[in-house]
Amino acid sequence: MSAPTSSTSTRADVCAAAIADAFRDDGEIFASPMGLLPTLGVRLAKLTSNPDLVISDGESVWLAGVPPIHAKTEVVEGWIPFPRVFDIVAYGKRHVMMGATQVDRHGNQNISAIGDWAKPKRQLLGSRGAPGNTVNNRTSYWVPKHSPRVFVERVDIVSGVGPKLAKEAGAAAVRYHDIHRVVSNLAVFDVTGAGDTMRLLSVHPGVSVEEVVEATGFALDVSADVPTTREPTAEEQVLITEVLDPKGLRFKEVPNP
Amino acid sequence: MTKGPRDKRMSIDEVVGSLKSGMTIGIGGWGPRRKPMALVRAIYNSDLADLTIVSWGGADVGLLARAGKIRKLVYAFVSLDSVPLEPNFQRARQAASIPDVVELDEGMFQTGLRAAAQRLPFLPMRAGLGSDVMVNNPWLKTVTSPYDDGHGHEELAAVPALKLDVALVHLNRADQHGNASYLGPDPYFDDLFAMAADQTYLSVEEIVDTAGLTVDTPVQRLLLNRMMVTGVVETPNGAHFTTCTPDYERDERFQRAYAAAASGSDEEWQAFHDRFLSGDEASYQAAVQAFTEENTK
Repeated sequence: MSAPTSSTSTRADVCAAAIADAFRDDGEIFASPMGLLPTLGVRLAKLTSNPDLVISDGESVWLAGVPPIHAKTEVVEGWIPFPRVFDIVAYGKRHVMMGATQVDRHGNQNISAIGDWAKPKRQLLGSRGAPGNTVNNRTSYWVPKHSPRVFVERVDIVSGVGPKLAKEAGAAAVRYHDIHRVVSNLAVFDVTGAGDTMRLLSVHPGVSVEEVVEATGFALDVSADVPTTREPTAEEQVLITEVLDPKGLRFKEVPNP
Repeated sequence: MTKGPRDKRMSIDEVVGSLKSGMTIGIGGWGPRRKPMALVRAIYNSDLADLTIVSWGGADVGLLARAGKIRKLVYAFVSLDSVPLEPNFQRARQAASIPDVVELDEGMFQTGLRAAAQRLPFLPMRAGLGSDVMVNNPWLKTVTSPYDDGHGHEELAAVPALKLDVALVHLNRADQHGNASYLGPDPYFDDLFAMAADQTYLSVEEIVDTAGLTVDTPVQRLLLNRMMVTGVVETPNGAHFTTCTPDYERDERFQRAYAAAASGSDEEWQAFHDRFLSGDEASYQAAVQAFTEENTK
């Protein structure tokens, strides 16, 4: 395979653009990013490829404008308290990008616990809204530190449901099931590989396919010719650097390699 | 003299005195937001045991788990947000010291409360299907739709009613009869908790005249009606250290001290307990004030 392409952009900015691309074709829906890079990516999409996105302050209001990620004050265009979030999940006009402590070959996600359910080695948050998200609205995942400890053959607890398990659960689980993208600090994936498995869509500039395969704890679906994730455009670069994250908070999550 | 609705004012001790071991208690708020902490602290210090706690959890779950009060925990998450993992909850789970653990999806939890509030045995939804929520709670059933809307008779999760003996909630203002308003950004699910419960005890920042409830705020902020409320306690700063916007935000410094003690040695937790939690609510508030002054010099 070819040598990795070199990059003029920072890795964090490549990730932000890749996350923005995950929301590009969503139309007028509620984009729910969990965490820093997903928030940056969603706001970048709203300022570029998809101005119709509905975004929130992560607390209780929908924002009419697009503030920097460290700020929350903005013109408000709606009210989205927690009870209404569940209404929107069931309504379906939502794309959530969640974190993941583990993601497995079949696109299942775990944020509940590591180890045995009855007596976990490490108790995490709990499954939160992952079970409901994955069978109701479009769901993506963001993994800031790609490693075989995150990308495992089988998650310890299934919080977010992958396509294979959804099919096994029946038509009601499949009907609105839509795992869209998994974006890590190394690459972009979807879950349309053979047998409903994780497929490598692109590797970030400066990353080789071998590197991704090595950092993944299961056999990835890899095509013969894997493209390179695009770099941010000049416009996106300005928006990220000068508008959305002038403090450079993104580099704490994704340091430059 | 005309008769009015009855006066439901109570003390913290009277509320906790009316609870019994083995009860199922729902705790309102959300994670580290607007939790009835004064009532939770009093339970922490009580002789109550074998409780079933139903909560989108924060330090309420952490404290009661640390005190060994929980026989069964029903939750979708337990988090302090700025401290993502609740150390006392983690510790209890990793020691398997809570005998019965029911982890639900967040939305299933709402649906379960809604079923209880509507006096239904269950309500159907998609959430849960395919996930380990169904595997780790093998008693959860599915239900087949009697209707075919073009996609066959769908088999949905049948979320059982989360019936509560008691709900504990904290709001900003109430009158002495139990009409109560929230002044912050979010009602959370406190009305559902109240309607899912046989008895609801409400703590508030301030008890005002009934007319005072709408003198400077819109009527839409009245979340609880008195028919849903058993007793009202005035507990200023009673949600501390969780948020109670606009009266106060989360006490991040105190939360960090709590989390550090909870994840520290037994001695460190004992010191935190002795300083803040071993007395009544007034001594807690005094200790918090001293802590704040000490750290803002």
